[in-house]
Amino acid sequence: MKQELRVRHLSEKTQNNAGGTAPDAAAVIRAEHLGLTFPAGDGDIVALNDVNLTIEKGEFVSFIGPSGCGKTTFLRAIADLERPTSGTLTINGMSPEAARKSRAYGYVFQASALYPWRTIEKNVALPLEIMGHSAADQAERVKRTLELVNLSGFEKKYPWQLSGGMQQRASIARALSFDADLLLMDEPFGALDEIVRDHLNSELLKLWARTEKTICFVTHSIPEAVYLSTKIVVMSPRPGRVTDVIVSTLPKERPLDIRETPEFLEIAARVRDGLRAGHSYDEEHV
Amino acid sequence: MNRVLPVLTILIAIVAFWYAAAIWMNAPWQNTLNNRANLTDVPLIEFAQQTWSQDKPVLPAPHQVVSEIWNATIGMELTSRRSLAYHGWITLSATLLGFAFGTALGVLLAVAIIHNDASDRSLMPWIIASQTVPILAVAPMVVVGLGAIGLTGLVPKALISMYLSFFPVVVGMVKGLRSPEMIQLDLMRTYDANPWQVFWKLRWPAAMPFLFASMKVGIAISLIGAVVAELSNASGGGLGVRLLTGSYNGQTIQIWAALFIAAGLAAVLVAIVGSAERWVNSRMGARA
Repeated sequence: MKQELRVRHLSEKTQNNAGGTAPDAAAVIRAEHLGLTFPAGDGDIVALNDVNLTIEKGEFVSFIGPSGCGKTTFLRAIADLERPTSGTLTINGMSPEAARKSRAYGYVFQASALYPWRTIEKNVALPLEIMGHSAADQAERVKRTLELVNLSGFEKKYPWQLSGGMQQRASIARALSFDADLLLMDEPFGALDEIVRDHLNSELLKLWARTEKTICFVTHSIPEAVYLSTKIVVMSPRPGRVTDVIVSTLPKERPLDIRETPEFLEIAARVRDGLRAGHSYDEEHV
Repeated sequence: MNRVLPVLTILIAIVAFWYAAAIWMNAPWQNTLNNRANLTDVPLIEFAQQTWSQDKPVLPAPHQVVSEIWNATIGMELTSRRSLAYHGWITLSATLLGFAFGTALGVLLAVAIIHNDASDRSLMPWIIASQTVPILAVAPMVVVGLGAIGLTGLVPKALISMYLSFFPVVVGMVKGLRSPEMIQLDLMRTYDANPWQVFWKLRWPAAMPFLFASMKVGIAISLIGAVVAELSNASGGGLGVRLLTGSYNGQTIQIWAALFIAAGLAAVLVAIVGSAERWVNSRMGARA
């Protein structure tokens, strides 16, 4: 009996192998020669060109680059909101579509996208309703995730009664409520002021440490990327591509004042250099 | 309180203008009457009072209309064929039935249109064309035609109301059901929500403000549809019939009384839809 199980397990593994990707238990996201082109009237727009990237379980990966570099497109491709036109992309060894259908990720958009006719608790319960959780389970999960983002006590409020930062926290709670292991965040704090942003950044780090999720985080702020990430992916536009992948040497425990340390500034300088190198490329187009 | 004064001012201005217009418009006939009775040099005040109390004035004075409304509603048996309350009820029931049909049809068409590109292209031109046909021409054909196959009474009139009232509902609901932003739809996609869930949890609630705006227009034109349909069937009763018989017999006061009942009815119906809207809005967490 035991042997039979092992055989089946092995054959599954080889099946995964047939997809062309190396078997890597820890790889959550694997992109190989990924390309994505948007058809347009006056010449196609190459949003992503030959992107190769592996993201492992438990990593906090930031994508940084000027607008048009394809960082949001890459995130949307992972979420199966855009279809790659070439190369391969797997999430937990599955196609993006299969991953989406298995509810493998929670997505946080640039705007909170809370439904204005739902209270905060009902907004957080929205994915749970759709996924068919029982009422008791919904209530329990809503309570837990709202605690996680420090929004306890605001269950019965409507979105317009909350500040922008609180709305975005509610939308993070909504993405966490169904316990997907992967969190995709597309400039979630881009519209917030710096004080609120600092606060939410340190809260996000704590949340990441507590939940041990894999997080992909799109940003255009260098300090934000360096402060949050274990790995920083620097991208550049026209065509959108990865120009540098920086593995952070900062410890996992990061107080806000780590941003004044030489180590932090060194990484930030490398990110800035990477961005500049990518930018000089498109100056000839201006 | 600071809203009462302007409203009252306008109301007084209208009534004053109305009385003045009544003098002016009824004066020729009053002069003829006075000449026949050999009355000369009637003082202005007395002449004005004469013009305001004619039997069949060109323009009845406000108090004549008010007393006619009073006599024909409160002051009369409900079952009387001359009671405006009785005729008003006939019109109201056709209006409400037609409005219910029209709203349901409008919503169904809108749902079909937003979910299916083919129905968008094939239905929308016909829906728009339907409203370019003069209802005064269509109503008699429908009422008489349905009467010929034995369908009389409420339903033919309600169908005319429906014919008018479904249109604003279709147009409003197509816009409303398409009103969710891309990001809200993307969110549903990340949850792998099925179309049914996208409809009930996103499109339908997002369309509510559009539905109520459409229903306010719809219920008012439902009433017009019912009145127009009644013009084609004098035996059926209703405010339309009172308008018709009034104009046959030169009973201008009766016409105006029926008009005011119809207008009042429409105002009450729109107000009811408005308060339903406010109730739904408050349930959906709108800013107070």
